[in-house]
Order: sequence, then C-alpha cells, then structure tokens
Amino acid sequence: MSFDPIMSAITYTKPPHPLETRLIFKNVDREGWNPSIGRYLEDGGYEQLRKAVKMEPKAITEEVKKSGLRGRGGAGFPTGVKWTFIPPNNTKPVYLICNADESEPGTFKDRYILHQDPHQMLEGMIISCFAVGAHIAYIYIREEFPEAAKIVEKAIEEAREHNFLGKNLLDTGFDLEIYVHRGAGAYICGEETGLIESLEGKRPYPRIKPPYFPAALGLYMCPTIVNNVESLCHVKHVIEMGGDGYAKLGAPRNTGTRILCVSGDVKKPGYFEIEVGKVTMRELLYDMCGGPKDGRGIKAVIPGGSSSKILRADESYKLRNPDGSERELGFWDIPMDFDTLAACGSMAGSGGVIVIDDSRRISWVLNNINAFYAHESCGQCTPCREGSTWMQKITDRLVEGKATPRDIETLESVAFQIDGRTICAFGEASSWPVEAIIAKFRDELIADTCEDAGKDPKNPEAEAQRRYLAAY
Amino acid sequence: MSQAILDQNTASPDTPGSRYFPKFAISPELESEADERISHYPDHKRSATLPLLHIVQHRFGFISAEAIDWVAAKLDLEPIKVLEVVSFYPGFRQTAPGKFHIRVCRTLSCAMGGSHELMDKLCELTGIDRSSIDSHHHPVAVSPCGNFSVEFAECLASCGTAPVCLVNDDFHEGVAPEKAGKLLESYKS
Repeated sequence: MSFDPIMSAITYTKPPHPLETRLIFKNVDREGWNPSIGRYLEDGGYEQLRKAVKMEPKAITEEVKKSGLRGRGGAGFPTGVKWTFIPPNNTKPVYLICNADESEPGTFKDRYILHQDPHQMLEGMIISCFAVGAHIAYIYIREEFPEAAKIVEKAIEEAREHNFLGKNLLDTGFDLEIYVHRGAGAYICGEETGLIESLEGKRPYPRIKPPYFPAALGLYMCPTIVNNVESLCHVKHVIEMGGDGYAKLGAPRNTGTRILCVSGDVKKPGYFEIEVGKVTMRELLYDMCGGPKDGRGIKAVIPGGSSSKILRADESYKLRNPDGSERELGFWDIPMDFDTLAACGSMAGSGGVIVIDDSRRISWVLNNINAFYAHESCGQCTPCREGSTWMQKITDRLVEGKATPRDIETLESVAFQIDGRTICAFGEASSWPVEAIIAKFRDELIADTCEDAGKDPKNPEAEAQRRYLAAY
Repeated sequence: MSQAILDQNTASPDTPGSRYFPKFAISPELESEADERISHYPDHKRSATLPLLHIVQHRFGFISAEAIDWVAAKLDLEPIKVLEVVSFYPGFRQTAPGKFHIRVCRTLSCAMGGSHELMDKLCELTGIDRSSIDSHHHPVAVSPCGNFSVEFAECLASCGTAPVCLVNDDFHEGVAPEKAGKLLESYKS
C-alpha cells in the first residue's frame, strides 16, 4: 500500500516552549529518539522499576498518595487514594487497566505517549501493578489507534525479553502479564465501568456506583484499578522524585505537570506540558499558541474536553480565598489547574482546550457537540438516550433557521432533565455543554431562531417534534 | 417472524467492495490466531469477543452471520451475545467496505478545520452518494468502483492537526479539503 508522506505534512519537531516543563513529554519529538527499548534503556529506562520492586508495595502507594497526583483522564481523582480502595481483606485476584481509550473531543495527549514513548507508560504501569498486587493487566486502546496498538504490543514483547514482564520479573518472585485489548469505536468505553464491561466482551453499559466501584467490584467482579495513560506515566516520576519531591511541582492540591492540548481557532495549536497552575489562559493561548488567527478575536474557550462548560473570553469570576475573602479573576488570568477551573464553573477535565473565535456561530458549535453525544450515548438510561437525541434534533433545526425562540427553553429543559439522572457521568457530559452555552450565549442563540419557524407549513418537522415536547 | 428479524439483522448484502474481500472461511491460521487471543483472558473466554471480531473484520472486511456463529461457538456463547456486540460498536461493520475505507473525523476541532468539506470533496471525487445514509455508517457508503468507502468517525484524537482521517490503518493529519484528490491518488492501486 503506497503511503504519501506529504499527506502527513504537519509534524511537531518544534522545541518545547520556554513556559513548558517537560516530564511526561520529555521524549516526544526529541531528536534522535525512537520508541525502542534500547533507546529507552540508554536514557535510564526501567531504573525506577528496579528501584520500586525493592520497596514495599504499600510504600509505593504511600509515595503516590504523598505526591498528590490526580488522575489525568478527566475526573481528577487522586490516584494513590484510588489504589487504597481495594478492600484490605481481599482474596480475589486484582487487575489493573490502563485506559488508553482517549476519545474526549479536544484531547490528543495519550496518542503521542503511545506512539513515541510506550516504555515510559509500561514502566509506570508495571510499578503500579506491583504496588496494587495485580498479576494481569490490560491496556484498553481505542480502535482508532491501530498503529499505537502495534507499537505497544511490540514494546510489551521487548519488555518481556528483558524480564521486566512475565514470570518472576527481575527475580522478585512477582509475575505479571500485560495485554493489549482494542476497543471498537465507542466513546463510552472511556468511562471506567463501561470499559470493564467492554473488556468482559459485552456492550459497554456503565455500571452503577455504588456498589460497582471498580476498586472493589471491577473486572470479573474482582478489585480493579483503572488509570489513564498519562497518570500511569506520572507514577514512574513519582518514584524517581519521591512523593514529596513530586509534590513541589505545580501548586498545592494541583501537583505535578499536565499536558494541555490546544485545538481550534489559534495560530499554533498543539500540546504543551506545563506545571499545573503555573500558566494562565493568556500565556497558553497567546504566548504558546500564537493567539487568534489574523483579524479575529477569541470568543470562548472549552477548557477541558468538549464535556466541560464553556468559558467566555469577556467573563470574570468571583472566587473565594482560603481566608474567606473574595477576589475577582478575569478569564485571561485563570491559571490552568483543577481547582480554579472548577471554581470558575468549568473543569480541567482531560486537558483538551478548544478555542472558538468570533467567526463561529455558537449554535453551530453546540450542534456539532450535540451530534457527538447523541451518537455516543450508550442508550442504557432513558434521559440520556432520548435527551441527547432531542437536543441534537433541536439544534439541527436551529442551525437551519427552523427553530423558534421557545425551542431554546425546550433545549435547556431537556438538558436539565438529563443532568444527574443517569448511571454514569455521560449524562452530565452531554448536558453541561448545552446548559453552559445557553446560560452564556442565550442572546446569540435566540438571534438564530425565527419567531415564525414553527408556523411555516414547509417545516412539519418542527411541529412534529414540538408535539412530543409540548409539556412546557 | 422472529427468524425474519434475525435474518434481517445479520444480513450482509453485497456491495461494490465485496470483490476485494474473501468469503468467511475457517482455516487453521484463523483458529490459531483466535486461540492465541483467547489465551490473554484466562478463565474468561467471553472477554475475547472484541478481539475475535477484530480478527474476522481484518481478514474478511466485515462480520457476516457465519462469522458471528463461529465466534460464538469459539467462546461458548449464544450467537445473540456476539450479535449484540457487533451491532453496538461503531467499529464493527456487517457489509463490505471499499478496498480503502476512509474515516473522516466529524467532531468539533476537525469540523472547524474543514473536515465536513473534506468529506464532501471525497464523496464528489469517488462518486459516493451519502444522501440516503445516516450521519455515520449505516450502511457503509461504498464508491461504485468498490475502491473506496467513507464514513464519519467521532473524534480521532488529533485535534491539533485538524482535519484528520484514517485510511484503513494509515493515519493522515492536516488533510485540508483541497488535498482530497491527492489523498485518493496515493491509494489508487
């Protein structure tokens, strides 16, 4: 099969930006780097594993807890704390799953780890398995990463040849097998209990928590730890720097580095690894990404993957200081961390920053997001299955100029009826963008409606849809 | 009646792409590849459902009723347990795609970068009519010559290099609509 390199013209061989702190992405785009184990070993690879297997498993967990490392997949839950949720009197096998189902729109960090530095992930994963006592681990890679799956399978082979994997690894008496499991194109498999169902060979219908917290009742109803690719990579660095050393990076409660992926309407989109909270929105979008395209202005930003609530560029926020006093923070001064973004009413999520400039109609943006969630809802819970489809139908009409101002109210009320009424967080993921965009851009949405749209005899679909949603 | 519904849900009508894929057949190589995958899930054969379906789709282009029966028998499952997986995941197909199957990213950042225009251009150049199918791949849209098929995929996770697409297993980034012709050209033979 012929392959024209011109088609893949965009390459990021640029050096890291001065504001970056590269830990996880140290080897990404590095000159003379390749994903082989030989190259990784030359650079001190697997030294942290050698160090870790001499430690008590509990001591590793303790270091990870001390480091303050928070999950990089979306929820930001402390990784070490998650590990301690395995029941202390457990007698069942323990599993570890690396979540490489990266599919939150706007996020593209794990792709580069898998392609360019698979051994870093494996090393972090093996250390984590040792810490939690897992003898079988799976890497759930989304189906749309066929090349990554091959690279990772090769890396596993290499690691096994070097006795970093397999029976009695590094003569510790510890056995571990890691396998790649490929998904099949469903976003919901990124949700940890959906992922587990998928790994069991079923439809990925998420399980309800409680009781099905994976750390207690996960894969095959056994204790299971599910961590994101980036989180597992960080574990290696926690061992290297010690929990306290790692915690010096970033800000209190928001430790370490994280990778932000910027896409959309900026001059230089791409990925940037920063100390959490040490870079503001202005530095990220202007200094690192070159600002908006010529002649345009940045209108809004979705800061943590498409599920996170949109922020307007002209907003400011009232935040509470630790001493109880209030301060005002402008949009451009938001530090990119977990807690401040949450206090501003959004979330750091998966680190996917989508920039929207003033040339875009917000109704078009919302329609694209709604189409995503309508397609990806697994269909298990009625509010989400029906609601996400209705939200798409309404915004479909909105972009076609066939919606009335009342449709915006209907849209909002559908979103409110999904939020909090579903088994998994997909309900929030699909309704938050709608709620936030209506709250912040109501006038612009109404400007795209037409008072007479519903009365147009050529528009029977609006009438038909309204019949089902006429309860308001 | 129920048999008719089942038949309808497992039918794989021919497409122009069918001629590029062998008919499903069980061979020693297929069996051993499957057994190797099953060994990754000690005591939990059912977990091999997705891996086995991937093997089938990779070799035969799509998943036929015979293939579903074979996977089910291999894993000691009722065939319906396999069918429900096939029909859920967007990554599985029940009809033949083209020789080169193109998946264009539909989602926000790529859409802003022009992926919908790219899709239109690809359809125009390959003579594919998407008007009668849903937004994604029901059924798979194949060109009359059988060389190409297209579908929209949701976020391919390369938003910084939008618009992007997959052609079989090859990933292409920065494929502006005007590069559509060149992309197809590189897969002519």
